[in-house]
Amino acid sequence: MKPAPFRYHRPETVAEATGLLAELGDEAKVLAGGQSLVPMLALRLAVFEHLVDISRLPELIGVERRNGSLWIGAGTTEAAVEHHAEVATDAPLLARATPFIGHSQIRNRGTVGGSIAHADPAAEYPAVALALDAEMEATSPRGTRRIPAAEFFTGLWSTALEADEILVGTYFPVWSGRRGFAVQEFARRHGDFAIAGAAVAVELGGDDRVQRCAIGLLGLGSTPHRGSAAEQGAVGRAIQELSAEEIGRAAVADLDEVPSDLHGSADYRKKVGATMVARAWDAAVQEATGG
Amino acid sequence: MGDVDVSVRLSVNGQERSDTVEPRLTLADFLRERCHLTGTHLGCEHGVCGACTVLVDGAAVRSCLMFAVQADGSEVTTVEGIASPEGELSPVQSALRECHGLQCGFCTPGFVMTITAMLRDNPHPTDDEIREGLSGNVCRCTGYQGIIRAVRLAAGTTAPATA
Repeated sequence: MKPAPFRYHRPETVAEATGLLAELGDEAKVLAGGQSLVPMLALRLAVFEHLVDISRLPELIGVERRNGSLWIGAGTTEAAVEHHAEVATDAPLLARATPFIGHSQIRNRGTVGGSIAHADPAAEYPAVALALDAEMEATSPRGTRRIPAAEFFTGLWSTALEADEILVGTYFPVWSGRRGFAVQEFARRHGDFAIAGAAVAVELGGDDRVQRCAIGLLGLGSTPHRGSAAEQGAVGRAIQELSAEEIGRAAVADLDEVPSDLHGSADYRKKVGATMVARAWDAAVQEATGG
Repeated sequence: MGDVDVSVRLSVNGQERSDTVEPRLTLADFLRERCHLTGTHLGCEHGVCGACTVLVDGAAVRSCLMFAVQADGSEVTTVEGIASPEGELSPVQSALRECHGLQCGFCTPGFVMTITAMLRDNPHPTDDEIREGLSGNVCRCTGYQGIIRAVRLAAGTTAPATA
C-alpha cells in the first residue's frame, strides 16, 4: 500500500460532507474521481488524515440548462461531458477540450469539479472556465455562493474555495448567434499535460465584426490565464482585418510567470502558446463564419 | 489518527466478494492480494501505464487510481473474466495472439480490458479511433503496430496480414 494511512468517509449528502469538512478542517481532503489526488497520495506528495468521498453524491451529478447558463454538476465525469449532447450544443468549448484530458480511462473517473477544484494550470477545464467567465457554485455549512472564474484560480493548485466548502457545480454561460469554438494544445505525448494550449471562443455580428471573444491559456503560468489584451484588440474589428498570428502574439505578450523546465524554456512556451492561440482562433472564426 | 478498516462488498467476474480492508488499499491491490487475481498487473502505480486497467460497472478504469472501498457495490471485471469459463480466448485475446500484439505480456491484461471496452462501445473504430483508444496503455515490447492490427482483426475491419 503506497499512500499513507487515512480515514475514509462517505457522506450521504452534500450537507453531511460539508459538515465533515467543517469539523475536520485542514486534516481532511475531498476525494472525487481521484485521478489527480490518488497519484499524489501514492507518491506521498500529499498526505491527509481524512478523505471525504463525494463521488457518489447524486446532488453533484448532472447537466442542466439554468437560465443563460449550462450548469454542470461537479461530480459529473469527464466521460459523461464528452458524450453529452447538451454540452456539445450549449458549451462546445468544454466538449472540445475534453478529449485532451488524459486518456479515456482517466476520463471515466475524473470529474469536472475535480479538475476545476484541483486547479492545475495546465489542465483544460480551468482554462475553459476562465475563458467563458464561468461561475463556480460552492457550498458550506455557512451557505452557498457563486465565485466568478476570474477570482477562483488563486495560484498553483489553489483556489478561492475555503476548507469547509465543496464545489457543487459550475455555470458555463451559453453563447448564441454566429459563434465558433476551438481548443488547441501541444504536448510531447498525446494525453500528457500540454506544454501550452489555448481555448478560444468567438462570436461575430451580422457585419462580420467580432462581437465578443474569449481566449483561455493553459500551461503558461501558475494559474490559467486570459489573453485579455488580444481579446480587447479584436472586439469591434472586422474579421478580415485581423491576423490570427498577431492575436496569438498579443495573447501571450503580457505573461510574466511562464514556467521554464526541461520540457521547454519560458520563451519557447510563449511561442508555442501564441501558435496555439492563432490556430484555435482560425478554427473558431471558420466555424463562426460557417466556413 | 490512522486507518479505520472499512468493509467492502463487490462482485468480481460475477462472484460476490466481501472483505474488510484498510481504506488506502487500492482496487488493484485488492484484486491481486485479496482475490488472488494476479492477472491485473501493476506497472507504475500512479496512473500512467494502464497495465492495471479493469472494468468497473463496465467502464475501463485504472485500478491503481481507485481505492477498493470506492468500488463497494460495484461490478468489477478483470482479465480473468474475459475468456470463456472453459478457457477459450475472447476475440480480443485471440487477435492479440494472432497479430503478435504482445511479447513479454506484462501490459497485455490492461490492453485486453481497454480494447474489450473500446470495441463494445465502438465495434468498428477507425485507425485514428484505435490509436486514441490505446493511448492510455503503454507497451515496451511491440511498438504497438501488432496491437493496432489486433484491434482491427477483433473488430473485423481488416485481415491481420494486410497492415
